[in-house]
Amino acid sequence: MLELIVISTLNGVLFGMLLFLMASGLTVIFSMLGVLNFAHASFYMLGAFFGFQISRWFGFWPALLFAPLLAGAIGAAVERFGLRRVHRNGHVAELLFTFGLAFAIEEIVQIIWGKSPVDFRPPALLDFPAFTIFSTNYPAYKMFMLAVSIVIFIGLLLVLKKTRVGLIVQAALTHPHMVGHLGHNVERIFMLVFGVGTALAAVAGVIAGPSLVTQSNMAGLLGPILFVVVVVGGLGSLPGAFIASLLIGLVQTFAVSINGSLASVFGPLGPDLAQSWLSDIWNVTVAQIAPIMPYLLLVLILIFRPMGLLGTRET
Amino acid sequence: MTDLASRVAPPRPALSDRLKFYGIWIATALTLLLLPKIFASGGSLTTFSLVGISIIFALSYNILLGQTGMLSFGHAVYYGLGGFLAIHAINLLGGNKWPIPLPLVPLIGGVAGLFFAALIGWVMTQRSGTAFAMISLGLAELVASSALILRTFFGGEAGISANRTKLFKLFGLNFGPQIQIYYLVAAWTLIAIIAMYALTRTPLGRMCNAVRDNPERVQFVGYDPHVVRYLAFCFSGFFAGIAGALAAINFEIANSAYLGAVQSGTVLFAAYIGGIGFFIGPIVGAIFVTILSLGLSDLTHVWQLYFGLFFIAVVMFTPGGITGLMMMHRPLLRAGMLTQMLPSYLLAALPTLALVTGLMLMIETTVHYTVNPGESPHIKAFGIPFNAASPLTWTISAVLIVAGFVLARLAWARVGHTWDTTLTAARAKVHAR
Repeated sequence: MLELIVISTLNGVLFGMLLFLMASGLTVIFSMLGVLNFAHASFYMLGAFFGFQISRWFGFWPALLFAPLLAGAIGAAVERFGLRRVHRNGHVAELLFTFGLAFAIEEIVQIIWGKSPVDFRPPALLDFPAFTIFSTNYPAYKMFMLAVSIVIFIGLLLVLKKTRVGLIVQAALTHPHMVGHLGHNVERIFMLVFGVGTALAAVAGVIAGPSLVTQSNMAGLLGPILFVVVVVGGLGSLPGAFIASLLIGLVQTFAVSINGSLASVFGPLGPDLAQSWLSDIWNVTVAQIAPIMPYLLLVLILIFRPMGLLGTRET
Repeated sequence: MTDLASRVAPPRPALSDRLKFYGIWIATALTLLLLPKIFASGGSLTTFSLVGISIIFALSYNILLGQTGMLSFGHAVYYGLGGFLAIHAINLLGGNKWPIPLPLVPLIGGVAGLFFAALIGWVMTQRSGTAFAMISLGLAELVASSALILRTFFGGEAGISANRTKLFKLFGLNFGPQIQIYYLVAAWTLIAIIAMYALTRTPLGRMCNAVRDNPERVQFVGYDPHVVRYLAFCFSGFFAGIAGALAAINFEIANSAYLGAVQSGTVLFAAYIGGIGFFIGPIVGAIFVTILSLGLSDLTHVWQLYFGLFFIAVVMFTPGGITGLMMMHRPLLRAGMLTQMLPSYLLAALPTLALVTGLMLMIETTVHYTVNPGESPHIKAFGIPFNAASPLTWTISAVLIVAGFVLARLAWARVGHTWDTTLTAARAKVHAR
């Protein structure tokens, strides 16, 4: 039991940190540009596939550097030549543009790398068990993932709190118009923020690719969860996104490892229920409903706190 | 009191206007009636049925997006649940020999859609704008994933099938042949179009537009935008349920794909490409997208990529969709100055066509190398054979893209300029009359 708790906590925090790498970019982009980047998870996927391709040609470490740069450059180009143009047509058009982009990126990835998972392995340097708890080997690569995401998290925090750019971004989180009035080149900041945000998502993709499955549907699987994180945390709130990322990471990881069902807990009380039309709900295990846990959380949050955990904005 | 009412109410439309109005509906009904007489093959009947279903679905979607300003990424939920309920209803009705004929089954689907929209909608419509879009996506994922867990009701991966011919027979119709299904779909399509059009003319329909344009004002006037959004959402769910039930009847099966993200995305594409600003937009879009997706899939492997790129192009360049583009030309048509635009349009069409051809050539060549590299390089796309391995192909593609792009930019700038001057002239001419 203790083993399960320790391992699940580690995995949960890891997944949560990965989610936050993406959710932070998404939140900052949303706060500044007012547009929810539907294609954000697609840049995560692009990061994973670029990482796979570059690590095949030059090795893993160049991939860790260049794949996010490449994805970030594409992101900046999307903002410069796509979003900025669509901006005139309103928020719905912007959201739909990123929606179409997500669709197109998935198709392009399918065309180039196929529909089946690619063989993206962790580098040999990190391919050993880091430590053993209660007979479970914990891979060093996962510790590396955790370390990278924590380093980036701290770096992001420092940039936001200590630098001039960070101050402007922070100001734009709450008063986007005022920043423009103060004479900053808002368009260039937007492009920069969009590029950095997508590059962060791509970092998450490169480090998650070898550990999770690198496949053309990975964006479609992760995208909705990412939006749940942002809504649950409160739109436009970075601390909220952080808490929600960890919460969802932990909830989902713990749910996967629990094998109980209603029937196994209350089974003796109502043996005939297992045969009735309720049998599906009665027999389903917690592990089986793990994929829908984030969405259940979303519904609960919407009922009890429609703004999100730390949200202040109405829209 | 009567005096006030007569002053506030709009004047009664002239006879010619009313004739024109009813004439359109009668013409639509006649078209639906005569269509199978002109295109009688089985394939075209299936296509028409699919088009009809997608018209209802796209119009129901536009109640949300176009009329109330709510962007939903999970509209297929109500479509799919309507479909599943309809399939279960067909099985139940057929098994118990209850005297309810098949033509009434779509109503069951509609009520199912209404029920679930009413159930889920209250929480969802609390927020509007971007938050609503994300919440709709999350709830759609919730329902779609739950469908795979609740296997008795949703039938897991395989879905639930039914036999539509076993129901109570009205006038001896058993609804086995596709022509009968076509007429069933056509009748429901006409009913649904009329009902949804009528909905836009009611006070509720007007309030929906007000909520879309300025929710704060709506609150000042004394309405609750949340309630208006909720009602619009319920109506939208009802009509989506009808469309889902018709799809279930058409295919005699309902599976989890009905509820999925692809279905939600398709209806969004259809409504937006057609144009969300006009009532007729989603109808045009549904016809266009259904026929395009059926036709393109025969021509090329990667039709979904073209579809996505086309959608992006519509969002970027013609946010009003196809109907928006056509309606833009109405003032010119009235002034009889449409011909003045034609030369610059023709001039712009040429490089644009070159650009598109170059891009398609590039995509097809890339696809040859990545998807099926082992095969012969003499490939055929859109019925045109060419050699993907030859440097000539690459050169042509590159030249077409670069030259097309540069010239298209210049030409379209010219179109914009001509447009401005022509429109000003047209307005002045109409004004002078």
